[in-house]
Amino acid sequence: MTVADLIKLNALEAAERLQNGDFSAIDLVEAYLGQIRRHDPAIFAYLRVSEENARLEAEAIDAAPDRPPLGGLPTAVKDVLVTEGIVTTCASRMLENYRPIYTATCIRQMKRAGMITLGKTNMDEFAMGSSTENSAFGPTHNPWDLDRVPGGSSGGSAAAVAAREALWALGSDTGGSIRQPAAFCGVVGLKPTYGSVSRYGLVAFASSFDQVGPITRTVNDAALMLRHLVGKDPRDSTSIEHPEAIRVPEDRDLAGLRIGVIKELVREGIDAGVMAVFDKTVKKMATAGAEVVESSLPHAGYALPAYYILAPAEASANLARFDGVRYGLRAGGAAGITEMYENTRSLGFGDEVKRRIMLGTYALSSGYYDAYYGQSQKVRTLIVEDFQKAFDSADLLISPTAPTTAFRLGEKTGDPLTMYMSDICTIPVNLAGLPAISIPAGLSEGLPVGLQIIGPAFSENRLLAAARGAELAIGFDAAPPLGEGS
Amino acid sequence: MTAGYEAVIGLEIHVELSTESKMFCGCRVEFGGEPNTRTCPVCAAHPGALPVINEKAIDYLARIALSLDCDIPPGSIFHRKNYFYPDLPKGYQITQYDQPFAIEGHLDVSVDEKDIRVGIERVHMEEDTAKNIHAGASGRIAGALYSLIDFNRSGTPLVEIVTKPEIHSPQSARAFLNKLKNLLKYLEVSDCNMEEGSLRCDANVSVRPAGSSKLGVKTELKNMNSFKHLEKGLAREIERQTELLAAGERVVQQTVHFDFTTGEVTPMRSKEFAHDYRYFPEPDLAPMLANRKFVDRIAASMPELPDARAGRYRRDFGLTPYNAEVMTSDRKLSDFFEECVSHFNDPKLVSNWLMGELLGYLNATGGELADCLVKPASLAELLGMIESGKISNAVGKEVFAEMCRSGKEAAAIVEAKGLTQISDTAELEAMIDAVLAENPEQVAQYRAGREKLLGFFVGMVMKKTKGRANPQVVNTLMKEKLS
Amino acid sequence: MVSHDDVKYVARLARLKLADAELERYAEQLSGILDHINKIAELDLEEVKPTSHVISITNVFRKDAVRPSAPPAAALDNGPEIESGAFRVPPILDTEEQ
Ligand SMILES: [Mg+2]
Ligand SMILES: [Zn+2]
Repeated sequence: MTVADLIKLNALEAAERLQNGDFSAIDLVEAYLGQIRRHDPAIFAYLRVSEENARLEAEAIDAAPDRPPLGGLPTAVKDVLVTEGIVTTCASRMLENYRPIYTATCIRQMKRAGMITLGKTNMDEFAMGSSTENSAFGPTHNPWDLDRVPGGSSGGSAAAVAAREALWALGSDTGGSIRQPAAFCGVVGLKPTYGSVSRYGLVAFASSFDQVGPITRTVNDAALMLRHLVGKDPRDSTSIEHPEAIRVPEDRDLAGLRIGVIKELVREGIDAGVMAVFDKTVKKMATAGAEVVESSLPHAGYALPAYYILAPAEASANLARFDGVRYGLRAGGAAGITEMYENTRSLGFGDEVKRRIMLGTYALSSGYYDAYYGQSQKVRTLIVEDFQKAFDSADLLISPTAPTTAFRLGEKTGDPLTMYMSDICTIPVNLAGLPAISIPAGLSEGLPVGLQIIGPAFSENRLLAAARGAELAIGFDAAPPLGEGS
Repeated sequence: MTAGYEAVIGLEIHVELSTESKMFCGCRVEFGGEPNTRTCPVCAAHPGALPVINEKAIDYLARIALSLDCDIPPGSIFHRKNYFYPDLPKGYQITQYDQPFAIEGHLDVSVDEKDIRVGIERVHMEEDTAKNIHAGASGRIAGALYSLIDFNRSGTPLVEIVTKPEIHSPQSARAFLNKLKNLLKYLEVSDCNMEEGSLRCDANVSVRPAGSSKLGVKTELKNMNSFKHLEKGLAREIERQTELLAAGERVVQQTVHFDFTTGEVTPMRSKEFAHDYRYFPEPDLAPMLANRKFVDRIAASMPELPDARAGRYRRDFGLTPYNAEVMTSDRKLSDFFEECVSHFNDPKLVSNWLMGELLGYLNATGGELADCLVKPASLAELLGMIESGKISNAVGKEVFAEMCRSGKEAAAIVEAKGLTQISDTAELEAMIDAVLAENPEQVAQYRAGREKLLGFFVGMVMKKTKGRANPQVVNTLMKEKLS
Repeated sequence: MVSHDDVKYVARLARLKLADAELERYAEQLSGILDHINKIAELDLEEVKPTSHVISITNVFRKDAVRPSAPPAAALDNGPEIESGAFRVPPILDTEEQ
């Protein structure tokens, strides 16, 4: 098989062909390393490519008598997941040379299943951002248009999958950081139910929101990866056993499914081009047998404000450990400990991280806690209840994944609030801890538009089955214009 | 203290639990050792690491709460207490805040034979910090050139016990802490070693005009790492505040540091900023529901507590309050006592032996009861031999000392050394004759009316027999011979 | 409205050193963000319970079992300044012992 043929395969197909011995893991790894060499200089999806390591892992897989289920599948890993001995930076100067002394549980599980790590992908620093422009090491470019952002914070992972620089990738989602970049890059991104994937080894941004999930080319690939991500981890007190084994869905239509369009997350504030694709998608789903109803999340408008209190508050504590004492950056020349802390943290953190630390610290500080943190926790309750009510009359809910398509680099960096608005459709889901998936729904002016499907807690199988049905109904087959020969 | 003023003291006690592993990770809990050899991603706060609650620590916490007669609300949660300090790796301490594990308890303490009841405000769970070693200067924080941080202690389970401000003298504070220490050791939840820092005590101190019900301005007194220092530090701080008030000055709310080398209390540099800990619920940990079942299970596993046990000893065994308190100050001693009584039913005698001989021996050798070679049944056997007249009381004490040293049984020692009491009249008469023959002068004096010399003659016989002679029999025979 | 002094206070709590120009900029940006956030004040939340965890799990414990600690080399490997097996830091001058 040619390189071009190899990288066309999705993960499920590649796994089957590897199993059949049509080609070897090393063939597949070399094909992807070639893609990275060709395209990554322009895209910058990877912070580090582990060429040697990937080859060694592939050779070991090829030599083993039995091929594990994901044996030989080349994977890109967001640089927010710690990997023992391999520099993990969270795209921050603070951790530029940090070599973790342990490996994240989800990575261990994926490795046990045979995954091969191609490298660590770019992201917004400490996963704070919606464009991957907050990386201390430079932005990632969207493969569909190099002048545009890939979304964020898992922009490197989404861009790598879109540019065929990885078969699939791991991302993390705190307020939309898997789904929004997946939408911007025309790939599939799934945020699992909070608690279903271990957070041990996921560098914390906002602990009660963060969740690791797959970024893939197809819904079925997302199911395949998720199967190996879920599980109760004794090292994560907030992880629980998924009540169902995750299944790769069968190909079928959407008959018998009642789908609610969230009225607060359509029209107002959503680009016309995005709305047009969304409306067309709803029709296609109806044609495929879905019963489409109108649903409501009355408090959706308060989700963003609540999120921008709660997540930064948690972040302000989570990032306090970066103090220059035990690892990471330390600014020299300080006469005393406080000066050392201040110099180190001012030097090590970028603008957006500082902004969120300040916002969170402010919201928790004496005199403001009740008005901000306390109230936001109550809004969280209302959002949870809104979803519960909505699921009384719909099996699943849908909305656009993001209000716009990929915007231009630099377009929103001057105005934090506008940037935060990129996540208005995804944030409510994180507040309620629900599973949601973004799948490519079409193009608007040549740029991908994502469809977000949201399910009740632990309904991943239902969600994936519907997403697969929608995927078939939509028939998205566009690919980014990557130039010749690839 | 100056008449007309009353001190008001509240204590804040931190107890390191003696679990095998740390509060939130599997690193071993131990004192000392090479620095940074008992750390992991969790207790050294590496990115991505998460805490998981040690069940045993919560068990111990519940035991403490129940032994202090606390209310245990149905639920409690952990909070993050945020502040920067190099011994605090995460930049926050996981602790409990507005929903502590236990509230509203008390501990009764006797001070100068008067019982006082000290209210317990709260008992909660938290984690210990790392250890700072200040290098250069005097090893003190002030003037240090730099500090070295050892994270071995980081994350050790720590229980905080806060009393109500219901203690009114340094002596009472000391008595309270001593009673609490004994209780905690009795519960086997901590070794309570103040020097190693597994029991630490800070005090809130204020002084007010006697009879006033309004609290004065308080200071927080720190660094009292022994009972003596606690008492001295409190006395000095109360004195300082009283002098200020008596002179019409004001007490400033601040932290004061007790320097046990000079006996002085020094206010610590006032803060540039007031503490603003930004507490919020710990998202990494699920809430704890100490439901009825959980509390009942712990309650069922609780040993009989010292106060209850002492009451039983007074009531059923007729021990004096003092003996009863000593017998229950240590759980192993108490168990030893009861087992011994089960074999030799004279509780008063047993308690006297334990207090005089056993504790005396342990004190002298610095040993622990747990390592003592004498088992309760063996002591009972020894007491039986004394009671039956087989050996004298004096020989008994000697035999006991030998039992402690060698772990041999009383009978074997008595046998090997031929220590059985001599009550045989013929044998004793011969010895008396010899003593009288050796001391003709004293015999003459006795006969001239100095009857006090009887003791001298008896003593000589005891000496000759190495204490084995039955003193009553010697007495009787001696009188006969001399008359 | 977040003032210059508010920002200064918060930066100090968070151990961030900000130049005056940065203080201004953050004051302005945080004010803008909080303006939006203050929308929450419209809601009557008196009767609403707060949510800190979205999944209802309680009493998650581990057994009191010792697990191997990090080997000393690993424990110290990332340390910016190591002395005698410990992490060396500048003198603790200006903060009070907790
Ligand atoms: Mg405390
Ligand atoms: Zn540890």
